[in-house]
Amino acid sequence: MIETSTAILLTMLVPTLATLSNMLLRKHDNLRDGLTFMAAVITFILVLIIHANTGGAPTPTHVLFAVMPGLTIAFNVEPLGLLFATVASGLWIITHIFGIGYMRGNNEKKHARFFACFSFAIGTVMGIAFAANMFTLFIFYELLTLSTYPLVAHKETEEAKRGARTYLGILIGTSIGLQLVAVIWTYHIAGTLDFKPGGILDGNISGPLVAVLLALYAFGIGKAALMPFHRWLPAAMVAPTPVSALLHAVAVVKAGVFTMLKVGIYIFGIDFLAKTGSSEWLMWLAAFSIIAASIIAMTKDNLKARLAYSTVSQLSYITLGMALATSMGALGGGLHIAMHAMGKITLFMCAGSIYVATHKTNISDMKGLGRAMPFTFVAFLIGAISIIGLPPLGGSWSKYLLMVGAADSGHKIMIAVLMISSLLNIAYLLPLVGRGFFLAAPGGNINIPVKMAEAPFLVVLPPVLTAFGCLALFFYAGDIQEFLMPIVAKN
Amino acid sequence: MSIEISAISDFSRHLPVLQVMVPFVAAPLCVLLNSRSLAWLIAFIASIAAFGISMLLLAQVIDGSVISYHMGGWAPPLGIEYRVDAANAFLLLIVSGIGAIVLLYARASVEAEIAPKNHILFYACYLLCLTGMLGVVITGDAFNVFVFLEISSLSTYVLVALGANRDKRALTAAYDYLIMGTIGATFFVIGIGLLYVSTGTLNMADLAVRIAEQGDNRTIRTALAFIVVGMGLKVAIYPLHLWLPNAYTYAPSAVTSFLAATATKVAVYVLLRFMFTIFQPAYLFEARTLEFIILPFALIAMFAASFVAIFQNDVKRLFAYSSIAQIGYMLLGISIVTKTGLTATIIHLFNHGITKGALFMALGAITLKTGSSFLDRLRGMGKLMPWTSAAIVIAGLSLIGVPGTAGFISKWVLVEGAIEKGWWWVAILVVASSLLAVIYVWKLIEVLYLSEPANGITKGEAPLTMMIPIWILALACIFFGLNTDVTLTAASTAAESLLGVAR
Repeated sequence: MIETSTAILLTMLVPTLATLSNMLLRKHDNLRDGLTFMAAVITFILVLIIHANTGGAPTPTHVLFAVMPGLTIAFNVEPLGLLFATVASGLWIITHIFGIGYMRGNNEKKHARFFACFSFAIGTVMGIAFAANMFTLFIFYELLTLSTYPLVAHKETEEAKRGARTYLGILIGTSIGLQLVAVIWTYHIAGTLDFKPGGILDGNISGPLVAVLLALYAFGIGKAALMPFHRWLPAAMVAPTPVSALLHAVAVVKAGVFTMLKVGIYIFGIDFLAKTGSSEWLMWLAAFSIIAASIIAMTKDNLKARLAYSTVSQLSYITLGMALATSMGALGGGLHIAMHAMGKITLFMCAGSIYVATHKTNISDMKGLGRAMPFTFVAFLIGAISIIGLPPLGGSWSKYLLMVGAADSGHKIMIAVLMISSLLNIAYLLPLVGRGFFLAAPGGNINIPVKMAEAPFLVVLPPVLTAFGCLALFFYAGDIQEFLMPIVAKN
Repeated sequence: MSIEISAISDFSRHLPVLQVMVPFVAAPLCVLLNSRSLAWLIAFIASIAAFGISMLLLAQVIDGSVISYHMGGWAPPLGIEYRVDAANAFLLLIVSGIGAIVLLYARASVEAEIAPKNHILFYACYLLCLTGMLGVVITGDAFNVFVFLEISSLSTYVLVALGANRDKRALTAAYDYLIMGTIGATFFVIGIGLLYVSTGTLNMADLAVRIAEQGDNRTIRTALAFIVVGMGLKVAIYPLHLWLPNAYTYAPSAVTSFLAATATKVAVYVLLRFMFTIFQPAYLFEARTLEFIILPFALIAMFAASFVAIFQNDVKRLFAYSSIAQIGYMLLGISIVTKTGLTATIIHLFNHGITKGALFMALGAITLKTGSSFLDRLRGMGKLMPWTSAAIVIAGLSLIGVPGTAGFISKWVLVEGAIEKGWWWVAILVVASSLLAVIYVWKLIEVLYLSEPANGITKGEAPLTMMIPIWILALACIFFGLNTDVTLTAASTAAESLLGVAR
């Protein structure tokens, strides 16, 4: 069996090798894509090996080397990170299949560069997931931003350049402008940046400064898309859909909220946050973000833009979970990383499937499309219901835990916020399915059967698989919750 | 056997003077031999030798010890003393290291940019310039600093003017630099004269003692003022920076790379030496100068110069303005006046040196192909010269201070220094100004990678002799961003030794 510490390094190395193979084998499409697929599978297996080795139990920190005295590049396993790594590497396999179908079916250019950057981004996500201290996490966080920039700018049109500029500007701006200051400040007062259960700040900082430091983190982690720093996410939708699917529904945004949870749980400590009440403002802001983003989503006719705003709203669930400063809240936040990932990637891949088949991007143009693309639309329906949070789909459990967490914290109004958000989700997600199935296509007749015209197989299969995943998660939610329990264990 | 050992120990005893003498003797040799390829070879060997010597010197003093070398056996303070401690040994390493790497690069670049009849002149001047800078850094004698400063300045004016083969504006740029540089040197020597008048000595260590004995008086104040302004011109402290953009823009690529990576750094070092060894931060007038003059100008430079850089269309000029902004960071570290602050300054001397060296060399390689460093002409070069462009990206990221690059280390230490001092607003300003760097670096990256190549430029990389030095520095930007064993240790020992004298 492979040592856990070796396996962790390999999860980063294998995607990087995939990057190299993509760059070297520019002309050999099939070989290149096949190797990347193998890299994705191997990465996933490595994560499973880490599961088997540790069972999610925290491992000793493996220090790779010290950059400055006291500041090390170091990795370890803990439940939240392992969950994140599992989700990202597992969905990479599916998205890669989808990506091949999409890029070929859509005649996109520069496949090699695309898959090279894509693989590299996954490698940095693994670095984020297994980082044992904030310094390491910060380095990989920045690498993730840089490696996804070429993906957003992929089409090289003026629009893509503008979108990529916003993307980079906000993400680098917040991380260097705010997060870096927060990290150095933390290091200055605590003398360490290690992630420790119970946090490292208690006793080192007090009063309103705690809230200020938390604000530097909360806004500095731009990838969590907390309002008002959410604009990069809709801007990033100019990217090809596989990017939106894996990176902007799973890897990048989840790296953001994952960092948020890590900071809340292992830097501040849930108890410390509860004791000082310094995260209360963040709870209100997250609540505002949830509602406001949902309302904006309703006004968007472009499907990907609507999904983007939906993501902004859903990410704030996780921030809210941390800001509630209760065990259940943090647990619900952690669980929502997996649940939302599975649901949202389904929706994005369906959007991609529709685009490949019809080149339609606006919801108003999708009347009657469901009857021609039943698989896509049913998958979309299942993903949507999971996002809304209805049983028997995964999304219902995380929302339930968040509500329990809200009740525990004594902020019952947050339960109402979550309920309203669910209703808004229904309002902006389900009409598409309704239009697709129950309205006639322009010039068509609702009573005449429509000929099936699905996207290519490689494009349709992945969302169908993840739709089943949403269903499966409903039944395994208890296990995942059990798995995550140590992160809120009292020590 | 014993003879051999004594020969070796003799050799190592004379390292400080060899550091300066090797390039100094090699320079006239280039002219005497009168052969273009031999000139390059001699220059290259001399610079490699200088680099080796500086490594040996740093190895001796990195533990905090000091080497004192008496010229001609005359004991200081009467004789001239070469004094090597961690601070200047580190600087020697930077200057001689960059000097050697740029020379390797220079061969192909000089071939393309400078008229053949001037090649020998170029190498001779280059060596003299190197001699001057090494001398400024190594000497422990205040007047000797001025002498070496003039050696390096005069040869620099010639080097800049050699750009005239490509663009006649190099002549006015060199002339501007000549005037400004001479004013700076004059101010500087007036300051030293005033010090001599009031203390009767020129040895730095001796000056420090006597000034401390004498206490505050007008002569000393005036001397400090003249020295700060004089060096300020050489450092290109905002607003004394006006000579710099043109000089960097129109000088030959090799010269720009060499100057950008070393010249202003040496001047910053002199400032450090005078501020912390000869005068002391405890001296109230100096403390006020640092806080109320150097600090504000450093902050203005960080923003104003970065802001101007954003709107430049000539990339060489863009990075010249960026240099002025980066000098702001170095001065900021000085004005923090703590160990961490000085460490930030000194480590940034190094990190910025390798970053800018890589950038200007890579730009020079592209310019060979495109004929101009205007943004329009660089369109799509990411496709045509992938390796060179990749080096620009790496160095550009280091310039921004992205984690994993050398620039990040500087930024980290600088922000830490500001926070330690309780200067919150300064810490915020530092990171805010580095976001301006994101804008101008990305402007270039977009042009390189996201636009179609201009007509008539063919695919193909620069020659290997250019590519190797470019990539040595580009990889150094990453290496020293992940491993700070040498840089951070040297910089903090240097900061200690600078502050140590003040204790």
